[in-house]
Amino acid sequence: MGSGSSHTATIPDLDDIRRETGFSQASLLRLYRRFRTLDQNKKGYLSRTDLEQIGALAVNPLGDRIIDSFFPDGNLKVDFAGFVRVLAHFRPIEEEDTGNQDPKEPEPLNSRMNKLRFAFQLYDLDRDGKISRQEMLQVLRLMVGVQVTEEQLESITDRTVQEADEDGDGAVSFHEFAKSLEKMNIEQKMSIRILK
Amino acid sequence: MYITFDPGGCRCSPATLLTSSVWHTVPHQGRDMDCDRSLHFRAWTWLLLLVALNDSEASSDLNKSTNSTAQPDPNVRFAAASTEPDEKIAVFALDYDYVQIPYEVTLWILLASLAKIGFHLYHRLPGFMPESCLLIIVGALVGAIIFGTDHKSPPVMDSSIYFLYLLPPIVLEGGYFMPTRPFFENIGSILWWAGLGALINAFGIGLSLYLICQIKAFGLGDVNLLQNLLFGSLISAVDPVAVLAVFEEARVNEPLYMMIFGEALLNDGISVVLYNILIAFTKMHKFEDIEPVDILAGCARFIIVGVGGVFFGVIFGFISAFITRFTQNISAIEPLIVFMFSYLSYLVAETLYLSGILAITACAVTMKKYVEENVSQTSYTTIKYFMKMLSSVSETLIFIFMGVSTVGKNHDWNWAFICFTLVFCQIWRAISVFALFYVSNQFRTFPFSIKDQCIIFYSGVRGAGSFSLAFLLPLSLFPRKKMFVTATLVVIYFTVFIQGITIGPLVRYLDVKKTNKKESINEELHIRLMDHLKAGIEDVCGQWSHYQVRDKFKKFDHRYLRKILIRKNLPKSSIVSLYKKLEMKQAIEMVETGMLTSTAFSISNQAQRIQGTKRLSPEDVESMKDILTHNMYQVRQRTLSYNKYSLKPRSSEKQAKEILIRRQNTLRESMRKGHSLPWGKPAGTKNIRYLSFPYSNPQSSRRSMRAAEFTDYDGSDSELLSVMFNPHSCTGSLQERRCAQEFIPMKSLHRAGKPSNFSFQINTSQNQDVVGGRRMALRSQPFFHVVREEYESGEESEEDSVIRSRWSVEHRHSRDYQKSHSPLLHRK
Repeated sequence: MGSGSSHTATIPDLDDIRRETGFSQASLLRLYRRFRTLDQNKKGYLSRTDLEQIGALAVNPLGDRIIDSFFPDGNLKVDFAGFVRVLAHFRPIEEEDTGNQDPKEPEPLNSRMNKLRFAFQLYDLDRDGKISRQEMLQVLRLMVGVQVTEEQLESITDRTVQEADEDGDGAVSFHEFAKSLEKMNIEQKMSIRILK
Repeated sequence: MYITFDPGGCRCSPATLLTSSVWHTVPHQGRDMDCDRSLHFRAWTWLLLLVALNDSEASSDLNKSTNSTAQPDPNVRFAAASTEPDEKIAVFALDYDYVQIPYEVTLWILLASLAKIGFHLYHRLPGFMPESCLLIIVGALVGAIIFGTDHKSPPVMDSSIYFLYLLPPIVLEGGYFMPTRPFFENIGSILWWAGLGALINAFGIGLSLYLICQIKAFGLGDVNLLQNLLFGSLISAVDPVAVLAVFEEARVNEPLYMMIFGEALLNDGISVVLYNILIAFTKMHKFEDIEPVDILAGCARFIIVGVGGVFFGVIFGFISAFITRFTQNISAIEPLIVFMFSYLSYLVAETLYLSGILAITACAVTMKKYVEENVSQTSYTTIKYFMKMLSSVSETLIFIFMGVSTVGKNHDWNWAFICFTLVFCQIWRAISVFALFYVSNQFRTFPFSIKDQCIIFYSGVRGAGSFSLAFLLPLSLFPRKKMFVTATLVVIYFTVFIQGITIGPLVRYLDVKKTNKKESINEELHIRLMDHLKAGIEDVCGQWSHYQVRDKFKKFDHRYLRKILIRKNLPKSSIVSLYKKLEMKQAIEMVETGMLTSTAFSISNQAQRIQGTKRLSPEDVESMKDILTHNMYQVRQRTLSYNKYSLKPRSSEKQAKEILIRRQNTLRESMRKGHSLPWGKPAGTKNIRYLSFPYSNPQSSRRSMRAAEFTDYDGSDSELLSVMFNPHSCTGSLQERRCAQEFIPMKSLHRAGKPSNFSFQINTSQNQDVVGGRRMALRSQPFFHVVREEYESGEESEEDSVIRSRWSVEHRHSRDYQKSHSPLLHRK
């Protein structure tokens, strides 16, 4: 990363990205620099392996799923726009965002609903709009240490699904998911301060 | 440790006269608290002595009697006995004088250690109050015992002892454990805050107190400006690190953490420099004779002292890093080099009247990075622990002094001075915090919020440093020294106890707006998931450094410094060195214990099997929640948790290992199935041996364990932990291709088929039954430990040794092992 190597002019589709994600110019510049650092062979896009190089992600229990979320629909590459789009979900919500909401425009990517949707998709691998019991169990397994037995995990999963499930279909839909978390401060939990 | 030998007459009771004449010398000359304190211990030793003497008496009697009766040659013995000189040769004697000083010091340190053990046994206590509270209490207790039995004058700690022996370990430890990257990222703010803050505090407090002293009513007219300034400088030395442990659980953000740490680090140095300059002033002239040119000289001296100290420290750091480059074969002296050079930097700086504290800090910071990579694993651990131990001992002793001098008649209690000191300390700290941060916030991209500033303000806890400086004020220049000492003690007690205890709740209050205690399991799970998610995305975003300087330094470092200072055949990545610290033995243990343990669960399993709707009782829910809270993985902390008094146990490493292993296995398993991960790599073009842990014999389980740690899926360079096995295997691998660190497509890994492999293949359904009683706690999903036994070696006989030797590569200290296998390895 040499000094001054990234100029705003080199970022493709800057204005579109800015409008879509709501990032400031400075943040986009930083993100672009980061994108370029991650992009090992200067391909112009990120592949899965590039993201796997991030050592800290390897020891994150949800590392794989987080990486997956960058590659929606089975893509193998993600360009800068896609990269930023994912990160935009974690932009802190500022007052003016919610204030000047134009009803015709789509929700900004960092709205509460969109944040929840992003989290939801971490659970819902098959993208059927519901978190089945199996999917919940998988996530639970990922997040829990090895000392917990299978029965315990299953019981916990059952309980989890049971608590959230309102229409009794044994799975948690997005609506139910959002409802179970209505008391939580999602805006703060899923915002990263430096992504302004 | 105390070399002041002052055999003044012991004023103890005659009973202790035997032992206490030299006991007395230990630094409390003039005060025989030790005699009395030693009574406590003397009781035991007296008992011992009595027993011993009795025994010896008895035995000598016995001897004589046996002599006279049963011996073939009684006469000789009798003769021998009778020709003995008048005083009997004691069969058992006690020589206290000889061991006096070390004995007492050891007992003290033991006492403090026992107290610490007790402190930590009760789990909630460390989070409740800082450990310095405990040390002070122990010291006060000791002092109380001594005082209660005899009225003595205050103890004396020699200035040279403090500065030469007690202070360096504390500072060294602070410098060594400082996280360098965040430090340098925030260095501007830290220098601004620590430097100016100390100065503002010192002069502010000094001047305000001087004004107070002018008021005739308080009877403080004899304290002149210089003395007040000196007092201000020593009272402004804060030790906020002591409270870090208290609010560790509340996720203090990294810059805030660094500010507190940095302040603690630099603060001591600045206070001492200021202190010395002001003492020089005091000695030099009367106040009226001081001219502006002297003041300017003082300022210049301040700067030179500071910068010079740092300069020397850096030089020594480089020298020691360079030397550790060559210590491969004598790794036992590596810790010695580290410590000796740090200490040397301190001493050299002190010789030249530069700031030894800043020198030793700079030395530690510089040397740490390179030394850590150069030294062997055991030396690394040794250095860490020994450093902690030394600093712990020093601090303990200082606090004990403090406690001892608290209880005594050597106080000069002046209400006005003390109260105003307290008030001014708080006021000036608040002023300096808010003013300085207001200014520095203008220049920071991520300014400190008011909450952060409040935390910084409130963490202004004084520590051992202030007390020592107060204690060492020369009495000749400071006739009212006792008053200063008393005031210092009051401030320390106040800040440590009251602020130390309340800062935890304060931080938690500021941090967490609403704590919804009644979280459902749902919420708990999702919250944790979101925390992990957030940590992961933060990692994707990476660290944003704003300084070109830092990048330039990194380049310079890479190109030149590392070549000079680091050993030749080391892998380049820093994550690699982290990995080195994960030990294979631990990984095996973890797997083995993970398989065999199961947490108690109150729900009877079968009854609660999933069938549509079933209601769980509240206790079951509670126990579930318990399980979740205790067993869910911790979110990776970006802020390093630094505990001044202990080294954190390696639970995060254990967790990391578990996660890694699990990932390897899921990846392999999905590879085998050829689905779910859109890698598009055919899974079937290799023969993979599947072993499941409980089924394998120890040999192959060991192998599989190792192989599980080696992953060969794609990864070129070495940031990824698992892939970083490659560089390790590179240094000892057979394959040049591997060493080139290219992409290694899975399908190329192919080994000569071993049909017998498949006899081990166990799939899901069988797995469950097969495991049976042994809890395969890891997973019940298709979970195979794929053993990569091919490493293009193509040879079976070598395979064990290859793997064994590859493992040995992981262990820096088993380098010799690796050498023995060198014929098989192509060292890069």
